[in-house]
Amino acid sequence: MPSLKDLKNRIASVKSTRKITKAMQMVAAAKLRRAQDAAEAARPYAERFDAVMAGLASSVGGSDGAPRLLAGTGKQDVHLLVVMTAERGLCGGFNGSIARKARIRASELLAQGKTVKILTVGKKGREMLRRDYGQYFVGHVDLTDVKRVGYANAQDIARDVLGRFDADEFDVATIFYARFQNVITQIPTAQQIIPAHFEGGEEADTALYDYEPGEEEILADLLPRGVATQIFAALLENAASEQGARMSAMDNATRNAGEMIDKLTIEYNRSRQAVITNELIEIISGAEAL
Amino acid sequence: MADTLQFDLVSPERKLASVTATEVRIPGTDGDLTAMAGHTPTITTLRPGLLQVVHQGGTDDYVISGGFAEIGPDSVSVLAERAHPRGEVTQEVYEGMVEEFASAHRDAQTRFENEPGPVDDTAKLLADMVAVGTHIGLDPKQSNF
Repeated sequence: MPSLKDLKNRIASVKSTRKITKAMQMVAAAKLRRAQDAAEAARPYAERFDAVMAGLASSVGGSDGAPRLLAGTGKQDVHLLVVMTAERGLCGGFNGSIARKARIRASELLAQGKTVKILTVGKKGREMLRRDYGQYFVGHVDLTDVKRVGYANAQDIARDVLGRFDADEFDVATIFYARFQNVITQIPTAQQIIPAHFEGGEEADTALYDYEPGEEEILADLLPRGVATQIFAALLENAASEQGARMSAMDNATRNAGEMIDKLTIEYNRSRQAVITNELIEIISGAEAL
Repeated sequence: MADTLQFDLVSPERKLASVTATEVRIPGTDGDLTAMAGHTPTITTLRPGLLQVVHQGGTDDYVISGGFAEIGPDSVSVLAERAHPRGEVTQEVYEGMVEEFASAHRDAQTRFENEPGPVDDTAKLLADMVAVGTHIGLDPKQSNF
């Protein structure tokens, strides 16, 4: 049985842990708000962009002159998995679920005899995948020093990916990130970015437009930007998801610490009572002996 | 027909403007164009330049670094990679923008040593960006041009 002093120390230490988790939860809540605002602000651009691209892609896509970014290399042999996770832990299952999704995809592809290359964004995912898939790593993007993800960060990643595509290093690129649904739910998502894929294009919509320069030139100009836009959207979703996951993880931790403190306090009171009772018995039996 | 159009300027990070305009002057890749109400629906890519929006309260200028514009009979949407209201473009911001193109140009020079195409493209973009600075009275500090 731990001594009274030990118990007291433990209660003090759990109390300070609770203070820390509580503070982290509040910081995460504030950051979540900002991340959500940023994601919100980025939406109009992404939506317009997708609409225009979808139209262009559907009108040019079928022709032979379609750019490689849209039509693909004609092969599906080498897959690049861009795994985007957080730079920090203590955010529940956030990093784990993205890494798991990537791991499942990687093992599927390997089983089909494809070549897999992995580009990691964020330190945590890299650590998790290193043991099993370390030999497939081709690069890493470090965002530790980035306080708020900006479009420039997405552009850097996109440039890296596009450079590899131009150098024929892979045929298909997929990004892995967690889509933010709410504080409790973040959905790990795999999204193919190369060859580009756009939804909801209506041909009738775009046939009306004049293009300056031609459709194909515009498409060739916009496709690389589309990659950056998609990566940027994923980064923002990821940032919001990370904070959401951290917030609920810290909320749980704070509650658990509270329960722990209650339990320890009861134990402390019991043993104090036992000590007092013991002393009384000693005094009384001592008095009786006289 | 109404003689105004809805003008929206969005960058990947934020929405910069949404106003009712009478006239929008757009720096297109193939040359400047002015969109007014009733313009033929057009999609054009942009070069680095000055985007001018004329509305009831006056004229707003924005420095943009590229992107594209979607012009309709009663609306203009400009999707710019990077855009700043002219007032926000200090020497420092401007130098950052110029440097972005300058480094792309240097990069192209090393990567495409024997292909003039991509190098010329980046050179043109850089020249456009430098021209903007001269236009709004900022020093591009690019002597090697």
